[in-house]
Amino acid sequence: MKIVVGQGSCGLAAGAGKVYDEIEKILGEKHVDASLKIAGCIGTCHLEPMVDVFDDGGNKTTYVKVKPEQVAEIIDKHVVEGSPVEPLAISQVDKDILSKQDRIVLRNCGIIDPESIDEYIEIGGYDATTKVLTQMTPESLIEEIKISGLRGRGGAGFPTWFKWNAAYQSPGKEKYIVCNADEGDPGAFMDRSVLEGDPHSLIEGMIIGGFAMNAIEGIVYVRAEYPLAIVRLEKALGQAREKGFLGKNILGSGFDFDIRIKAGAGAFVCGEETALIASLEGERGMPRLKPPFPAQKGYWQKPTNINNVETFANVAWIINHGGQAYADKGTEESKGTKVFALTGKINKGGLVEIPMGLTLRDVIQDIGGGIKNNKQFKAVQMGGPSGGCIPADLQDTVIEYASITKTGAIMGSGGMVVMDETTCMVDMARYFLDFTRKESCGKCNYCRIGTKRMLEILERITKGEGKDGDIELLEELARKISEGSMCGLGQTAPNPILTTLRYFRNEFEDHIYKKKCTAKSCTALLTFMIHEDKCTGCTICARKCPTKAITGELKKPHVINQELCIQCGKCEESCKFDAISRD
Amino acid sequence: MENKGVKNMCGTNCHCQEGQGPVFDYAKLDPVLDKYKKTPGSLITILQKAQDIYGYLPKEIMNYISKETGIKVAKIYGVVTFYTQFRLEPIGENLIMLCQGTACHVNGASFIEEAICEELEIEEGQTTADGLFTLNNVACLGCCSLSPVMMINGETYGNLTKDSARKIIKQIRLKNSAEVK
Repeated sequence: MKIVVGQGSCGLAAGAGKVYDEIEKILGEKHVDASLKIAGCIGTCHLEPMVDVFDDGGNKTTYVKVKPEQVAEIIDKHVVEGSPVEPLAISQVDKDILSKQDRIVLRNCGIIDPESIDEYIEIGGYDATTKVLTQMTPESLIEEIKISGLRGRGGAGFPTWFKWNAAYQSPGKEKYIVCNADEGDPGAFMDRSVLEGDPHSLIEGMIIGGFAMNAIEGIVYVRAEYPLAIVRLEKALGQAREKGFLGKNILGSGFDFDIRIKAGAGAFVCGEETALIASLEGERGMPRLKPPFPAQKGYWQKPTNINNVETFANVAWIINHGGQAYADKGTEESKGTKVFALTGKINKGGLVEIPMGLTLRDVIQDIGGGIKNNKQFKAVQMGGPSGGCIPADLQDTVIEYASITKTGAIMGSGGMVVMDETTCMVDMARYFLDFTRKESCGKCNYCRIGTKRMLEILERITKGEGKDGDIELLEELARKISEGSMCGLGQTAPNPILTTLRYFRNEFEDHIYKKKCTAKSCTALLTFMIHEDKCTGCTICARKCPTKAITGELKKPHVINQELCIQCGKCEESCKFDAISRD
Repeated sequence: MENKGVKNMCGTNCHCQEGQGPVFDYAKLDPVLDKYKKTPGSLITILQKAQDIYGYLPKEIMNYISKETGIKVAKIYGVVTFYTQFRLEPIGENLIMLCQGTACHVNGASFIEEAICEELEIEEGQTTADGLFTLNNVACLGCCSLSPVMMINGETYGNLTKDSARKIIKQIRLKNSAEVK
């Protein structure tokens, strides 16, 4: 018997640590002979904490939302007596959802122990490294990646083989390969999951990429906000060195290569290649003009190639199965699979890996199980602060680079934040502008000052102080910021506003001209009302009201004095009888 | 540094004696500087380690790093103020990092912030008078499917409501006061 507890960050936050401790304790107390292991996250975050029990025949039963107090029952009935506890196990519906996915990047996440190189090797890990280093040349390797059609998964979608080839062709002996693990898009966590759940697949991808351009060193630039990822990656690097996959003369091939970790210090702009390089050199992470491109002059002015975690995690699979097998998945224009972080107002949030070519509807309605609390699906945000909001009536859009770009959003790194009818689109635009304004490095005037001015306008609109001409001003600023900024951050910063204006212009107009928030979310534009028929006169709201705007006698319906009301919503929140509504 | 070697009275390394300014045990930083100061491009790493030691990056420490590495203080200050991870002020015993990611925003992070601010009687970025809590908004903790989320002392708390957030803080406060007793 083998017991595996999923221990990604989200599993741990859901209580996986306590479940693990409880299993360990009970196994010890009852002297049960079973091995207890950990795994990364399988991606079904809504089912965490998850525990897999494998019987001696290798049959797996997955228990979901396990609580420490259920552990004894699982061990007694399943591990000791051999009969699975069906009511606690994963439902058929959730099993089917998992089977709809096609896992390449996440192939090992939630399956193997991320802290054990032996488990990784057992399932074919480092075979690709061996094959590349002993049988392939940089040219044949780059050709294989070209056949696969793999494109950068960090956001821009640049063909991977092209970047590798450029760095390979670039003259010089000292070359670097960098992994951008500074997953900065709010609402995206696929890189974290790979780092925590399958660090060796990243290491393999980097060794192979390093070989393609004859790099001397690999650097993983990882966010400081991912402490567990750093710990697991550090451990994995040590194991790879011990086994001789990193270091001098790897596998007798004559190729010397090692990888080190550099912890980022928190700056979204460092997702931009030249800014990331500046940060690696210990400077402020400010982008510079290109050319020269990093492939010519990067880290310490040496040829440097930068890829994202997800891109690297694909590489070993492509080598093992052939570029064609990868290209057979997906569409003509976008090959292979893509991981998405499905979050927001969705029933079954988590990580999903699907072949390119499915529609947004497939992902949101089928895999994601639709919208929470039976609300109406309104829009999905893709691409983070550089992306945009795709409205519900475009949910049949095919997931591939060009189709997504056509909507005004971008594929991005894979964040999909789902919104329902209660999400105000003006507020969403304000949210993203607030983000880019804070993260602008300040080098270009339009980005530095323009985003601030746009934010001020949007704040005014959400507070009910919007005026005629604001929308036109936003559009003008958006165009100028996009044209007047040097790097991707500024160039794409207006996208969230442009897409919301394109699809939800009426909401902006309602805010400005009718002083109404369609989604009933911007509190300054709301009127709170007490319904006489529902109010029991319990006086709680009157006591909670900070401005004493609510009056009434005990056990008689209360009223709100609208002149005193500051729309804080405390009354609505405190009411136990659902007697207060917003309009 | 003129204050070097002055014994601090409260037993911590960051006390503030009137008229003297804080006193720091610079020796703690020396192993870090010895290891990194000769490697170009290590400034961020040095600053991260220094912040781990002292809890924040006071002027004195930046001066000391400058003296030891030869990097100008202005440049160090520039780097420190560029990255969100670095702090110029000391923080409370418990650092609350409240996620402001898109998923958390959509699921009501602003209400959680309101509840925490009320509970602690501070605003975002401030530290409570008793020095127990500091509240910081952070970009994204990457636990989006548990949104809204906060992280306190490395532990993640998900699916927050106004009430659960208040409860978590009360529990930590209780635990802290029990430890003091």
